[in-house]
Amino acid sequence: MNNSIIFYIIGWILKLEAAFMLLPCATALIYRETAGISFLIPMALCLAIGIPLTIRKPENKIFYLREGYVSVSLSWIVLSIAGALPFVLSGVTPNPVDALFETVSGFTTTGASILMDVEAVPHCLLMWRSFTHWIGGMGVLVFLLILLPLTGGSRMNLMKAESPGPSVGRLVPKVKSSARILYSIYIVLTILEFVFLLLFRMPVFDAFTTAIGTAGTGGFGIRGDSIASYSTALQIIITIFMILFGINFNFYFLLLQKKWKQAFTNTEVLCYLGIIAVSIVVISANIRSLYGSTGESIKHAAFQVGSIITTTGFATTDFNLWPGLSCTILVLLMFVGACAGSTGGGIKISRFLILFKSIRKELMQYLHPRSVNKVTIDGKPVEHEVIRATNVFLIAYLMIFAGSILLISVDNCDLVTNFTAVAATLNNIGPGLSMVGPVENFAFFSNGAKLVLIFDMLAGRLEIFPVLLLFLRQTWKKF
Amino acid sequence: MDKDTILHMKIVIVGCGKVGLTLAEKLSEEGHDLVLVDSSLPRLQAIPDELDAIRLHGNGSSINTLMEADIEHTDILISVTSSDELNLLCCLIAKKASQCHTIARVRTPDYSGEANFIKEKLGISMIINPEYAAAMEIARLLSFPSAIKIDIFAKSRVERLKFRLSPELHLHDITVSQFAQRTHFDVLICGVERDGQVTIPSGDFVLKANDMLSIIASPPSATRFFLNIGMNTHPVRNALIVGGGKISYYLASRLLQSKIDVHIIEQNPDTCDKLCERLPNATILCGNGTDRQFLMEEGLANAEAFVTLTGLDEENILLSLFAKSHSNAKLVTKVNRIDFGDIIANLDIGSVVYPKNMAANHILQYVRAMYNSLGSNVETLYKILGNRAEALEFAIHEESAVTGTPLANLSLRDNLLIGCINRHGQIIIPRGQDSIQVGDTVIVVTTHKGLQDVRDILAKPKRKL
Repeated sequence: MNNSIIFYIIGWILKLEAAFMLLPCATALIYRETAGISFLIPMALCLAIGIPLTIRKPENKIFYLREGYVSVSLSWIVLSIAGALPFVLSGVTPNPVDALFETVSGFTTTGASILMDVEAVPHCLLMWRSFTHWIGGMGVLVFLLILLPLTGGSRMNLMKAESPGPSVGRLVPKVKSSARILYSIYIVLTILEFVFLLLFRMPVFDAFTTAIGTAGTGGFGIRGDSIASYSTALQIIITIFMILFGINFNFYFLLLQKKWKQAFTNTEVLCYLGIIAVSIVVISANIRSLYGSTGESIKHAAFQVGSIITTTGFATTDFNLWPGLSCTILVLLMFVGACAGSTGGGIKISRFLILFKSIRKELMQYLHPRSVNKVTIDGKPVEHEVIRATNVFLIAYLMIFAGSILLISVDNCDLVTNFTAVAATLNNIGPGLSMVGPVENFAFFSNGAKLVLIFDMLAGRLEIFPVLLLFLRQTWKKF
Repeated sequence: MDKDTILHMKIVIVGCGKVGLTLAEKLSEEGHDLVLVDSSLPRLQAIPDELDAIRLHGNGSSINTLMEADIEHTDILISVTSSDELNLLCCLIAKKASQCHTIARVRTPDYSGEANFIKEKLGISMIINPEYAAAMEIARLLSFPSAIKIDIFAKSRVERLKFRLSPELHLHDITVSQFAQRTHFDVLICGVERDGQVTIPSGDFVLKANDMLSIIASPPSATRFFLNIGMNTHPVRNALIVGGGKISYYLASRLLQSKIDVHIIEQNPDTCDKLCERLPNATILCGNGTDRQFLMEEGLANAEAFVTLTGLDEENILLSLFAKSHSNAKLVTKVNRIDFGDIIANLDIGSVVYPKNMAANHILQYVRAMYNSLGSNVETLYKILGNRAEALEFAIHEESAVTGTPLANLSLRDNLLIGCINRHGQIIIPRGQDSIQVGDTVIVVTTHKGLQDVRDILAKPKRKL
């Protein structure tokens, strides 16, 4: 383990975080809020630790996959701890565990909140909360890749560790350029949404926080009722952009290169859109009686489906009150998640594609025991290693899921609450059902349960293995 | 009459591979009558003409072939074909046909725990497992990383250790006697290698930086000596092994017993699977050991020992050279071919292990011990300092010209040194006033070959009968 380079990266992360905090500071200046002062201390702290760590480039340039995984996990933990300080210092959430929960929820683009009354929180903190979604959505280390003069191999190892999905490819030969392209697409789409929201008369502050919250598929709203009080046009815009941010960013890159055929025959994207369409149809039929008109029910169904499958977590209505079929579909969509290579969480469509095709392959093996079968996606064979990793991922996922439910059930909440609370955090969604439904929050959990959920959020965002690696004794051994 | 003509032995060697040939050469040098049996005619024809032995084409496990080799009057049958089972069968049949001693090479790990059973129940005198022996030697080197080579005498009460006198020790440009005064320890410099020249030094010999010193000492005093001159004496805590053959398996299981962290790099996935099943506590890495990136990724820089055991000598040497420049690990290199030993010795790649040579040496020791019972007093014999010198262990059974006289008064041959005296288990590093007594075991280091009796150490040996 090359500790010096990990410290170097963490140092950079802290410096970046200090820079990120300039945005809430600016917000505080605009709104003349004294809470802005609570950002100055963490900024100074980040710089005080970050600058000495990065003053000299480490001589030992060794950077392998393990360094990649460990530095990503540790960076996210450091990022969250530093990011939680303003919440504590401003007195909005005096309990440090609450502050950490809120920040981790932000960076991991979960959107689960412990704030009782969102509208009473100062603008600068709301801005910071939403901004953490945007930072965490594409990945702060991917951002760092653009800045840092690292070697190609180390860049790839960082990218592999932070990007979601079963296998990580590059868009262009250079990882640095790939990262730059991803962030460019990300920024352009965010600005596009911001402009559309402004055009349909959303207030500037609301439009900005909603745009960055949607971009990261986060889901922190700045109003108590999330998106419900905005106009229908705004809700439709947000629905469309949520779904767009759940699409694999490779799709946009293909569009930019005018490879239309390749883009529109992408199995994962087609499946993703198919699942959304079917869910909307079933749910809007199911909730037709609740909302009176077909249009209204389709609007709510589409918004909620888009919000849950992309793991954003905004809501226009309290879907906790929906009939059983609709609730069940939404809970199942939580696990499906968005496309690999998007900003969304969950298990990911591509993993399900691999798993379903593996089942088919297994069945073929029953019919013709000696047949040779390959799992293919988009006509390309999936490597055995990827299939194996996907299977193990699912198992690890289920174990963490079950373990977390058991741990938080110590609080004696009902099963639906426990189940959906873990589903909503491990899949980085935000709201669940029952006591953690869209109009509720996570404040009532004990500190212990909150720590478990914090772990789930990090494990979910980083796709489990980087986080688990921290607990392995061999990771820390020199040889 | 010359002792040699009466007391030579008749030896049959079945299998003329590398070990068989090395053995034949050495035994022939020592004047024994040899019959070489091999089932491959080309291999028999490839035996150099200088080798003074009968070549016999045939299956060594067939009684007809053995009869043709005159097994009934043979003293020792050595079976070193490539097949374990064939070797065992050869020995069994020979044993039934005559009263000879039998030596079989058995090297499959499956039989490794069963050597004693095979020896006892099948009546085989000696089972030699070259890979196991090599692994044990490497394990010994790793438990004492400063030494480049370690030999054991007198039932492991005495060690001969070879190390490089690096300039950092500040012990160069002084004479051997000054060296002894400076270090104050019961060790004896028994050989110095410099530029391919071997010297058995006297007191006024001047040591230079980067000389290869061989010392004789008991294990505890060796440890204290190295500690005192400032060399590392800690056993290694982890080892990176390249190549997953038999030696790796034996070595890894030995190291794992001592709780040493073992990583094995092997290219063949099937071999990896097998190793993984047999060595559940080792880390098995499937990949090309000559991949620079891969080695660095697996922590070569932090490894405390790096052992190259692939089948290719060139690869092993190259890897060790690479490791030399990228880590401070103790290096052990396996080399199969002995022909270029002198070149390799100049390369500074740590310890070099020659398994084939070791197998031959082990068998040679046995043969010599047997021979000893026929008249010579050599207990063990080591070819040391790149085969240019021998370390012999003599048992003193009777009074003679060498006993009872202080060593200072004996006129010893040039290039000959009495390394140590083992008196009833007590190790004496001899000084001038010490003398040899009946009942002692004496270790003599010399560049003269073919010493048969302890009296041969004197400058004017007594005229033989």
